Amino acid sequence: MHDLDKSKFKIPIGPQHPALKEPESFSVALKGEKILGVDIRLGYNHRGIEKACEDRSYVQDVYLIERVCGICSHSHSTCFVQAVEEIAALEVPMRALYIRTLIGELERIHSHLLWLGVAGHEIGFDTLLMYTWRDREIVMDILALLTGNRVNYGINTIGGVRRDIDDKAIKKILAAMNTLEDRTKYYIGIALEETTIIKRLSGVGVLSHEDALRLDAVGPTARASRVARDVRHDDPYAAYSELTVNVITDNHCDVYGRTLVRVKELMESYRIIRQCLEKLPAGPITVKAPRKIQAGESTSRYEAPRGEDLHYVKANGTEKPERVKIRAPTLANVQAVKHMLKDRYLADMPIVIAAIDPCFSCTDRLVSINNLDDKKREVITWEKLRDYSISWYRERGIDPSILNKKS
Amino acid sequence: MTNALFSIIIFPGFFFLSILALFAEFFDRKLYARLQNRVGPPWFQPFADFIKLIAKEDIIPCDSSPRMFQLAPVFALCAAVTTFLYIPLWRRDTNFSFNGDIIVILYFLTIPTLAFFIGGWYSTSLYARIGSVRCLTQLFAYEIPLFMGILSAALLANTWSLSGMMVFYSRHPLLWLCNLLGFAVSLVSLLGKLEKVPFDIPEAETEVVAGAFTEYSGRLFALLRLTLDVETVTGAALLAAVFLPFGLTLNAPLAFVIFLLKVLSIIAVLSLCRTVVARLRMDQMIDFCWKYLVPLGILQLLINLFLKMGLSI
Repeated sequence: MHDLDKSKFKIPIGPQHPALKEPESFSVALKGEKILGVDIRLGYNHRGIEKACEDRSYVQDVYLIERVCGICSHSHSTCFVQAVEEIAALEVPMRALYIRTLIGELERIHSHLLWLGVAGHEIGFDTLLMYTWRDREIVMDILALLTGNRVNYGINTIGGVRRDIDDKAIKKILAAMNTLEDRTKYYIGIALEETTIIKRLSGVGVLSHEDALRLDAVGPTARASRVARDVRHDDPYAAYSELTVNVITDNHCDVYGRTLVRVKELMESYRIIRQCLEKLPAGPITVKAPRKIQAGESTSRYEAPRGEDLHYVKANGTEKPERVKIRAPTLANVQAVKHMLKDRYLADMPIVIAAIDPCFSCTDRLVSINNLDDKKREVITWEKLRDYSISWYRERGIDPSILNKKS
Repeated sequence: MTNALFSIIIFPGFFFLSILALFAEFFDRKLYARLQNRVGPPWFQPFADFIKLIAKEDIIPCDSSPRMFQLAPVFALCAAVTTFLYIPLWRRDTNFSFNGDIIVILYFLTIPTLAFFIGGWYSTSLYARIGSVRCLTQLFAYEIPLFMGILSAALLANTWSLSGMMVFYSRHPLLWLCNLLGFAVSLVSLLGKLEKVPFDIPEAETEVVAGAFTEYSGRLFALLRLTLDVETVTGAALLAAVFLPFGLTLNAPLAFVIFLLKVLSIIAVLSLCRTVVARLRMDQMIDFCWKYLVPLGILQLLINLFLKMGLSI
């Protein structure tokens, strides 16, 4: 603050702010309405999932990993089981791969519709929010029908999937796809015609092609800057090698481009789902996986709705993994936000942040403290963090150590 | 004296106006919800909200200037209620009309915005300060076209008083159709005055939380919300009086119903406007007002000037 004169000031957007759905801190230096700089601070949502995975068996981990993110839960669990299956050299039946693909695409639809609504809300267009979230219920119902759950589907298991689908469900999915396709066409029409939307979105949060490559953006954020990267196309997993995937790119390089990419990807998802149901092979849906996974390591990639998701798993021959590392898409994209916000107005801030479709709980990773006095960087170890939390509760009169004692 | 007091406090003054304002809020919210494919609130929701807020504790930020912070909502509400007394509703005059009351009405209608600014500024929260500065910036954009729209109608009637206008327009029944352009300009400006989408920039939730109202709670916030509702009704009644001056010579109950219909249909148009568009940015809003609304307002003024010459009224 010392170099700022009186006309400049800092306002906190977050950790608690109506624009953010999750706690995250953006400290914005403003001059009038203009943004001079943004400090992003992550770390309000850290849950230690990677570490917790090391204490659980592989099957338990599938359910834990699914809870990394509330929206792309299937993405994370598929990415994880793919890595484990590769280490264990399991031959997953084709039908299981198709069902995984199907759920993955349904999840993409629900995520993109959700995003469209949030984007509408950020620019004060609540009608779009109400409409898209109403339509999102259709796909949520289909997901509940197929898996029994609306968000954490629990359909993946190591070696396949846990639930089969029947003809009745297929009919319902196809009917739902038709309804959703009509509605999406309507939204594409709105995005292309409505003046206030175009005014608020175009030219905002510009990320040039070069910057997108340099800052390593992924998913729709990158594709809106002409970066034709899609794991489904470049490195097909699950059943994508048998399906045609068109990579949607856009030339606008701004928030408007990201909106167009997402609505067009919705249309693409409907097509993939239809194709997937058409080609759905008969056969078993799972193979038996060993309890202990042989030693080895593997990296798995998955195109989550928000971009490329990356999981690294190292097995040591026991029933628990030695190391699990998750790189969620937001972690790749969040670097670009600071760049996009340069010289923009405060009013653009919510939509620019929302345009990468951030999921901060996916992104929060490690605790690192910069000691301001001696500029030394200190990393809190697991034990220190545990001791700190116990003492924090003790100070407040709660003794958590009784939880460790067996009654 | 008693008559005046009755009309100030009970009907059509504060009491009647508050109920009408809260009902108008329900009407607006319900219509907005139905247009968005939602169920919407029950009819008593605004009343329940108001009563609940009244019962809550007032929290005054310790850095704020308590007197200004507390006085601003009261001033805003008083100004908005007072305006209503000067507007001929279903008759051709009011108990308090005088020559020049158009200026007083427009002046009173500006006070709530200034009060919001003062309240927001003195609450010392960063969000409130940004919101209140936005309030004031926006004021300079919509106020001019609103004045132009209303004054061009007055120009045609060749009077400075609203009741004079009413008399003129009931004498020349179809002449109000010439003011439709000014009506449209004033409607859009009214959206800005009432801080509704697409001009809800001062209280844009996702940017500045609640703008100037961020630090307000309890009774003071209830007053602010009531002010906004009263302003909605007052603004709609003003536009109805200026631009839809018909049905005033009918017998009282029928004229009253027509008045209600006029006000509600203006509010319905405002709800429709805020349903179909996104919020503009401040610079875009000012551009829009000065590039489109003001020229249209000037056009209306010219039309009325030529009409006056042509009709030689």
